[in-house]
Amino acid sequence: MAKFFAVTIFVIAIASAIPIIQHTWWLAPDISTHGAPIDEQTSETMAEAGISFLASQIILAFFIWKFSNQGPNAKIRSFPGGAKAMVWAAFLLVGTEALALGVFGVKAWANVYFSPPSANALPIQVQAGQFAFYFRYPGPDGKFGPIHPEQLNEANQNFFGLDTAKDQDSKDDIVTAEMAIPVNREIHLLMHSKDVGHSFFVPELRVQQDFVPGLDLSLHFTATKVGKYEIVCTQLCGLGHYNMKAYLYVYSQEDYDNWLKKEAAMQ
Amino acid sequence: MATTVHEPPRTETPRDPRLTNSSGNAGRNLVPAEGNLRAVRDYSPPPASTGIWVVLASITMTFAALTSALIVRQGSALDWHHLVLPRILYLNTIVLLASSIALELARRRVGAFMTGRRDRVDYPSRWLYITLFLGLFFVAGQYVAWLQLRAQGLFLATNPNSSFFYVLTALHAVHVSGGLGGLVRVISRLHRSVLRKSTLDATSHYWHFMGALWVYLLLLLWIKI
Amino acid sequence: MHDMSAHTVQHHAPTSFIRKHVFSLDHKVIGKQYYGLALVAVMAGMFLSWLMRIHLGWTNYAIPGLHILSANGAPGNVMTPEYYLQLMTMHATIMVFFVLTTAPFTAFGNYFLPIQVGAEDMPFPHFNMMSFWVTFVGFLVLMSSFFVGEGPTLGGWTQYAPLSAVGSVGGPGEGLGVVLWAASIGIFCIGQLLGSLNFITTTLDMRTRGMSMWRLPLSAWSWFITSVMGLTAFAVLMPACILLILDHVAGTSFFVPGNLVINDQLQPHSGGSTLLWQHLFWFFGHPEVYIAIIPGMGIVSHILITNMRKPLLSHRVMVYSMGALAALSYMVYGHHMFVSGMNPVSSLAFSFPTLVITIPSTIVVLMWLGSLYGAKLRINTASLFALGFISMFISGGVSGFFLAQPSVDIMLHATYFVVGHFHMVMGVAAMFGIFGGTYFWFPKMFGRMMNETLGKLHFWLTFVGAYCIFMPFHYLGLAGNVRRYQAFVADYLQPLIPVHRFITVAALLTGAAQLIFLYNLIHSRFWGKPATDNPWEATSLEWSTPTTPPPHNNFGDKVPVVYHDPYQYGVQSSVGDYVMQASPEKVKTAHDEA
Repeated sequence: MAKFFAVTIFVIAIASAIPIIQHTWWLAPDISTHGAPIDEQTSETMAEAGISFLASQIILAFFIWKFSNQGPNAKIRSFPGGAKAMVWAAFLLVGTEALALGVFGVKAWANVYFSPPSANALPIQVQAGQFAFYFRYPGPDGKFGPIHPEQLNEANQNFFGLDTAKDQDSKDDIVTAEMAIPVNREIHLLMHSKDVGHSFFVPELRVQQDFVPGLDLSLHFTATKVGKYEIVCTQLCGLGHYNMKAYLYVYSQEDYDNWLKKEAAMQ
Repeated sequence: MATTVHEPPRTETPRDPRLTNSSGNAGRNLVPAEGNLRAVRDYSPPPASTGIWVVLASITMTFAALTSALIVRQGSALDWHHLVLPRILYLNTIVLLASSIALELARRRVGAFMTGRRDRVDYPSRWLYITLFLGLFFVAGQYVAWLQLRAQGLFLATNPNSSFFYVLTALHAVHVSGGLGGLVRVISRLHRSVLRKSTLDATSHYWHFMGALWVYLLLLLWIKI
Repeated sequence: MHDMSAHTVQHHAPTSFIRKHVFSLDHKVIGKQYYGLALVAVMAGMFLSWLMRIHLGWTNYAIPGLHILSANGAPGNVMTPEYYLQLMTMHATIMVFFVLTTAPFTAFGNYFLPIQVGAEDMPFPHFNMMSFWVTFVGFLVLMSSFFVGEGPTLGGWTQYAPLSAVGSVGGPGEGLGVVLWAASIGIFCIGQLLGSLNFITTTLDMRTRGMSMWRLPLSAWSWFITSVMGLTAFAVLMPACILLILDHVAGTSFFVPGNLVINDQLQPHSGGSTLLWQHLFWFFGHPEVYIAIIPGMGIVSHILITNMRKPLLSHRVMVYSMGALAALSYMVYGHHMFVSGMNPVSSLAFSFPTLVITIPSTIVVLMWLGSLYGAKLRINTASLFALGFISMFISGGVSGFFLAQPSVDIMLHATYFVVGHFHMVMGVAAMFGIFGGTYFWFPKMFGRMMNETLGKLHFWLTFVGAYCIFMPFHYLGLAGNVRRYQAFVADYLQPLIPVHRFITVAALLTGAAQLIFLYNLIHSRFWGKPATDNPWEATSLEWSTPTTPPPHNNFGDKVPVVYHDPYQYGVQSSVGDYVMQASPEKVKTAHDEA
């Protein structure tokens, strides 16, 4: 039974590794400008984790094979180097690699969070609420009108609680149910939640960030490939959480301008 | 008043393990002749002594969590409205600290009584009753403080300051009430001559901790709330 | 209140049925009661997981009979989206609290810690009894939420605010369901604190003559370390639950900010901090997962050493590593909050201790692997589960490397990658610790052996089945499959549904295999082969009891005296290749004894 167990562990380890090596199910292709360091971190981690996983499972299997069901005269032996060797191995192999990942990963993280958006980034506001995303573009004046929560009325399609009668800046705001952005243009995404916690996730954009009610957070990113993508909510927000999504269109500048004009006309 | 106690309760000196073969704590951790002396102690403390520190550690963590909640909550919005602490709180503080002094007096007397010096101590439980009374006074005084706040229109949900005031003082009062229960138990065991020194010590540590915790909370309330 | 007479006979053997089996002061009975509670809880939790998995594979399928469980939740036997979330929340809450914190820790720990240190019982038996019954009441309060109007809360076992704090406007079950959840967990915390009190004082003060701290078996050390963690972790969750309940019933705003609009209505709260809940919860939550695994490490080490016939390469390194894991676990909790909106600098700050914690985890695994070298390994069900634990812990542990880095976490947070990670370490590895402990200690607890054939069958089906279920979770996560979805409607998730169906089939089959374990437990309890006092030829004190099961005061009238280290295997003694801790026989040992 021991040898069978050893073989089973070996087979499971290899079988588990195959879909990883083959990229059978893998990260969505990266269309962002900041995603390359993230993907690099992921690949490096995969290499280290993969090697650790395979090596330790195979060693486990091998030791079970070799050291079980021995005859009564077999002698007990101790691993050369003993516990000290194990501790050194842990610190040197795993500890240094883990810390290296940490240190190099700072740059990937800093790319996303520690640089301010550039001055000509296109500001777009996204509001998350049970159970849809709505987007707001500032319009020709480049300014977002204030939000009046008490005037928010989904039944009347006033998703943001804008007062277009009183607030000058709100008059030209464009509210949409889908998000469109021009390719190769930095976007400054202003995130606002109208009720509970939500999250904004676009795998291809290498962006995931929670909305925090009461805190207005922001992100910035640039998309490099035209296409249709999906924004999904990843923070449990209630019964409609699974269905809370919106489409993100990355257009050429011309198509984007046309789209915006069309949306403005529908306000 | 106190019932007359007829004989001193058992004391707790470690018993010579060579003299006993019974089960229990006797001979705990003594090393066999061929063992390594450095590795074991020759006496284990009574569990109540260790246990009380375990209890106090967890109570500390609870109030530490509430303290950090208070700090974060204060910083998260602009609705912090300082309230004036009801003045009875200061009286209550003095009462609680006095009760600690009373408890220490009680300990000395009970200790003397327990080690046989009956002639010097009559009514050994008198100071325990005084401690108990002062403790009850404290809890009642806290209740009066809440009434005074309510009279000002400050209820649990009025603003975050009042919320934390009620939560912190109420939780502390609940723990003090537990301490009162412990004191009652000590008095009862003293009267039946079955009081252990470790029980009295543990109850005292708990009571003094309640006092120290209250001083900390008062400072926290005074500075923050 | 309770009897603190630890220095004389603890308590006399009870005579009435109630005192013997219901309100018992005997740590052994309390341990079995906790095990029974865990058994009921795991069956409930597993049943819920079956319902969830069926729904995930076939979302519109009418599960026969489901409407009997909940008319609201499953009209026409088809699970509603909210009911899925409610079942999911209860599945996780039941499993984490009432299975993984009870069985390896309070069940086996209550039974065996006093015996392994050589004591008659724990020093505060009344508190111990209270700890079980309080935990039991907590379980009842939690389960009662199934029977209230809107059903249980649907906010996940993490109960993030403001969803958890705004009340029933947030969704079905978010009113009374949350209050019951928070009350149940608050009650649970109190029960566990009473338990920690006993475990710590037992380990420090009740050791018998000759039992130094370094002579404690690794299982005893793991229970001791875990109880210290429990002391600090549960003491933080309890006030958090109190504050959450107040936000519900008293109109306070600890966790709910202002200007929230739900169903077009402005909510009455203001000023609260949603991140505050996350900080309080995860300060508890991360140590909690180590509370779930460290006893398993202790139990597995204990079983493995007995079946390898040699001690680990170093007893002290193992103890220090478990201690390091426990200490570091308080510094890493923010890795659950990397993209939560917390200051991104904090995210980096938390990632470094998280990466550092891989070091003691690796040491622990290497200690097991390194000790296997040159062993004389005996294969039985207990040792199979112990070895299986190592394999599962490796698998679950390596996915931690990814989640420890905030940049990588951007892609993996809230996906099935996380779900795969924690199921492998908690749902499988920790469970293997429980199974191993059961097969190993059943003979001592009940005087009968469990059936080995059934045990090995149970092991095989569970080992292979668990990999079939949870390894694919990681692939789904890499592909971006978001968690806590009751159905997969986004375009990019459609190709992943066949994987979910495979997992569901594996889950149902593996679940069915657990019935073998259940049958084995019950059958062996009454009709199993009678066991000797020391069927595994083991050394620690529990195998030295004068009878099996142990008598009321564990060692009869003789106080055990400890002469040896806990794991003197590979020696030549009058009984074989081992010498028991309580045996006065002098043997030539492989290394100096402590």
